[in-house]
Amino acid sequence: MAVTILFLGPLRDMAGEAAREVPGPLDWDGLLAVVGEEVAGQLQEARVNVACRGKVLADKTALDAQDGDEIALLPPVSGG
Amino acid sequence: MRDIRLLGHAFNPGMLIEPFVQSNPGLGGVCTFVGEVRSDPGVEALELTHYEPLTLPGMHELADRAFGRFDLLGLLMVHRIGQLHPGEPIVCVSAAAKHRRDAIDAVDFCMDHLKSAAWFWKREKHPDGWHWIEPRTEDHADLARWNN
Repeated sequence: MAVTILFLGPLRDMAGEAAREVPGPLDWDGLLAVVGEEVAGQLQEARVNVACRGKVLADKTALDAQDGDEIALLPPVSGG
Repeated sequence: MRDIRLLGHAFNPGMLIEPFVQSNPGLGGVCTFVGEVRSDPGVEALELTHYEPLTLPGMHELADRAFGRFDLLGLLMVHRIGQLHPGEPIVCVSAAAKHRRDAIDAVDFCMDHLKSAAWFWKREKHPDGWHWIEPRTEDHADLARWNN
């Protein structure tokens, strides 16, 4: 079991892959350490959201992902 | 009548709107907006990605808010995902109400939220490759109109 990190939208290009599995548990500092410098820089911007277990975190720095959880990194959206 | 969908294939808005209108007896007005991929110079294709656990539930929450805010009989909200070409419909929102203002405003409200507050990421294919699209400042200003 591991934590799955999904890179959505433009973050996928920055990460060079759509998803990455890392050993759990994973907190905010742990996340910043494993996603690479460029994605970590984006994550620290307010307009980038983080979801864990299918819910957007109100405070992404309170991330507490366990083995088996899916984390989604959500850059600014553009629909319609 | 409420019909909220993500579609991974091309669709004909008329085929959705006709049954939607029929399924809302007693309506006084229907307002429909269809967004299509614009034939901008150099744009060969457009791709919409989404995040399954958030995108459709988010559209349902948006529909809940539209029903709460406007006096609606029905709401149809269909959004494409996947790869599209210029001229293809990308989004269709239709609202049925007893009175026109509720129908018109509900469609406007849903579209403003779909443009810049729903979980979609859009990129365009140009001759030199793919380019991610960010919402324009106008889209955020449109969204802010509903905050009071």
